[in-house]
Amino acid sequence: MEMPKPDEDVLARRQEIATALREIVPGEGVIVDEDALRPYESDGLTAYKTLPLIVVLPETKDQVSQVMRYCHENAIKVVPRGAGTSLSGGALPLADGIILGLGKFKKILEIDYDNRCAVVQPGVTNLGITDAVREDGFYYAPDPSSQIACTIGGNIAENSGGVHCLKYGLTTNNVLGLEIVMMDGEIVRIGGKHLDSEGYDMLGLLTGSEGLLGVVTEVTVRLLCVPETARAVLVGFPSNEAAGFCVAGVIGAGIIPGGMEMMDKPAIAASEAFVEAGYPLDVEALLIIELDGPEVEVNYLIERVEGIAKENGAVSIRVSNSEEERSRFWAGRKAAFPAIGRISPDYYCMDGTIPRSQLPKVLARMAELSTEFGLRVANVFHAGDGNLHPLILYDANEPGELEKAEEFGAEILKFCVEVGGVLTGEHGVGVEKRDLMGTMFTEDDLSQQQRVKCVFDPHSLLNPGKVFPELHRCAELGRVHIKRGEMRFPDLPRF
Amino acid sequence: MCILNAVRCAFPTCRGFEDVATLLKPETVDHVRDAVAWAASEKTPLELVGSGSKRDMGRPGNAAHTLDMSAFTGISLYEAEELVLSAGAATPIADIHAALQAEKQELAFEPPDYGPLLGSAEGLGTLGGVLSANLAGPRRIKVGAARDHFLGFSAVSGRGELFKSGGRVVKNVTGYDLCKVMAGSWGTLGAMMQVTVKVLPAAEKLRTVLVFGCDAVQGVAAMTKALQTPYEVSAAAWLPQTLSGRSRVGYVQASGSSVTAVRVEGPGPSVEYRCSTLRKQLSAFGETEELHGQNSAHLWREIRDVRPFATSVDARVIWKLSVPPQSGARLATNLATTLGGEFYLDWGGGLIWLAVPETDGGGNEPIRAAIAQSGGHATLIRAVADLRGAVPVFQPQDPGLARLSKRLKEGFDPRGILNPGRMYSGV
Repeated sequence: MEMPKPDEDVLARRQEIATALREIVPGEGVIVDEDALRPYESDGLTAYKTLPLIVVLPETKDQVSQVMRYCHENAIKVVPRGAGTSLSGGALPLADGIILGLGKFKKILEIDYDNRCAVVQPGVTNLGITDAVREDGFYYAPDPSSQIACTIGGNIAENSGGVHCLKYGLTTNNVLGLEIVMMDGEIVRIGGKHLDSEGYDMLGLLTGSEGLLGVVTEVTVRLLCVPETARAVLVGFPSNEAAGFCVAGVIGAGIIPGGMEMMDKPAIAASEAFVEAGYPLDVEALLIIELDGPEVEVNYLIERVEGIAKENGAVSIRVSNSEEERSRFWAGRKAAFPAIGRISPDYYCMDGTIPRSQLPKVLARMAELSTEFGLRVANVFHAGDGNLHPLILYDANEPGELEKAEEFGAEILKFCVEVGGVLTGEHGVGVEKRDLMGTMFTEDDLSQQQRVKCVFDPHSLLNPGKVFPELHRCAELGRVHIKRGEMRFPDLPRF
Repeated sequence: MCILNAVRCAFPTCRGFEDVATLLKPETVDHVRDAVAWAASEKTPLELVGSGSKRDMGRPGNAAHTLDMSAFTGISLYEAEELVLSAGAATPIADIHAALQAEKQELAFEPPDYGPLLGSAEGLGTLGGVLSANLAGPRRIKVGAARDHFLGFSAVSGRGELFKSGGRVVKNVTGYDLCKVMAGSWGTLGAMMQVTVKVLPAAEKLRTVLVFGCDAVQGVAAMTKALQTPYEVSAAAWLPQTLSGRSRVGYVQASGSSVTAVRVEGPGPSVEYRCSTLRKQLSAFGETEELHGQNSAHLWREIRDVRPFATSVDARVIWKLSVPPQSGARLATNLATTLGGEFYLDWGGGLIWLAVPETDGGGNEPIRAAIAQSGGHATLIRAVADLRGAVPVFQPQDPGLARLSKRLKEGFDPRGILNPGRMYSGV
């Protein structure tokens, strides 16, 4: 993975740029010391590290706007950053670019239960929103596993999901309004407390745009009412295939569970050893199926789910009978990543989505690749929506193992695309999957996407080097080459 | 490709005949690319048409040529257990409904059918049309609009280039979500050929709680109360007495009063429990009644398709206003009084269907002024072409957003040949 070559001219102007930024953001908000820059050198994808030119931590949207305008006028690249939990390198710094940290935007501006929404600043954590409204019986639905730390601004950038998104949707389905600062410093408001957009759906376009189109300074999110009850069923299967059939059976029966997670044998073993959630160790695959709603509904559906599980050859079924037990069922799944971290010096988390019916084929291929590369792999899977998280175990201290793990990961993702899936379900493309975009998209597909980038940032200063394998100049993309100005098929009838 | 025009077109190109009305009916992807490339090289606008059921919506166009996409039909993939369906963009929505119904599934966003409202027959719309207009029915408040169920597409841009976005899986963040901008773009960004949507199981059972006699403000209060429970209300609407009388549902028609309606759907035992609990909680707002399956379905179809204003004698201008739910009742009441109009509310108060006389620009100025206060947007849904040409059909945008819209259009269609001006002048 190579990043664009740093601009020597910008590197040479570092002091001058810091001085100018200090005029906009006074005090401690401009960081230039190497030691103080160090915490910003990577995000959740720690394999990649770069020291940023300067870190700026503005406190008001006017400061954000002025910083952006200054950078625009002086051709300085900007990498926006929330909590830095991206797993795809979305907030990886550029040596010749500033990090624009939104960490000081921590206020919940308004909670409006009557319109069932909240207006918050982008640095509020995902869980922070729910914490602010839970006592009144509300919550914010998308729940990425990093929800304690990740910010809502970052969630917008990545269109974050979580275990409940099959039923409650992704970030994009739960956001009503945004205020963004464009690369040239202009502030634009989109949406509000009403539904749908006037004109083109810029809200939908910005959500999941990985910080390449604008910097979010305010977010209006939908609030939902907390379900009366939730219960989980823990089901063990003798094969991954049987577990897959059970998932299909549940959905085929018209049931959309609040969450439906799957773990394979290596993931079960690692989690159980770590948190002792009580998972059966003699099964090949484990499903956690959570039903939520009124008690009468949950009980009714649990019975049906149990029936479907039995029909599909489940060898162990346990239903949670208390909140404590439900939490324990989840504890293992939620600790799966750190649990893998205990049995391996390093692990690399992938994020492909596949049509669910392809699961056995994909897992079989993964086992082959595991042998081929000589690296172990464990799988956790958002089974309801086909989002697969293979965890590749490696040791970064062994020369060449990281590269091998990355190559293994790339092979998995290419296979996901081959069976009708996609490169990333919720972690984003970032720098990690950038060079694989060509396996899913044609040159024309990518050019069209980059023309969208040009609409918002014609000089490619905002988070460049991410998402797109090649940086094209907007002027070049804007040229109109009509490939066929003449009608072919002259032999067709015309009346 | 079948090319129909008034004058026989000279081979091998149609150059020189751009002033002659031409109907281009492509049958393959290459045909579409050819047709669009030809129009781009001639800088001559095309009107994109599926079944033509929404031709009378939006700003009237001036395209001399029509790109008839109706050959792109048929369901190419439907995997019920994967919750996914792909089809040609011009596949009749009726065919989609029939295929889904056979598997007890549905398009959860309840695509409305404005045919009768616009004076044509019902059941004419296409899947691509529903997506291009980003329509949604009463369930919008719970599951989102067409945009929220749109997973992938292939299209030809105004450059004559084939491009695609999204995929056939429900969870995908690979690249920009261009499905969102195609939804609600009214054919101004690309000619879609294949589309993929998320489908969901249809509810086992539905019931509707009716509350009689609330005025609009009380009606919104009742709906808000229902929407602040954990009972997963899937629709909430308010009809004034004048409009409840037009319903074909006996309990509604014969009520002789305004009707506030709240729908719950799901597994049988759950629906019964939620319905009875909601009924108790809403009894503070007035007398209550309960509609079961058939009657419920009928009432929500009427509300979804704007049937209260779809009578043959009603020639009024129809506006659709999306506002913060708490603003709906007062804003609509004031506008109806000022303009001598009539309205009903959906989406818990957040959607206003307003019928006003055609005079004075169909109420454009007071409506835009009210929206400026409340936030949201107003769209002129039904009006004669002259009026749709004279006043903005879609909500005028702030300068910053308007510039972005214009540049986005240029990014997809630099020569401005795809449905130009359908949404905004110059876009």
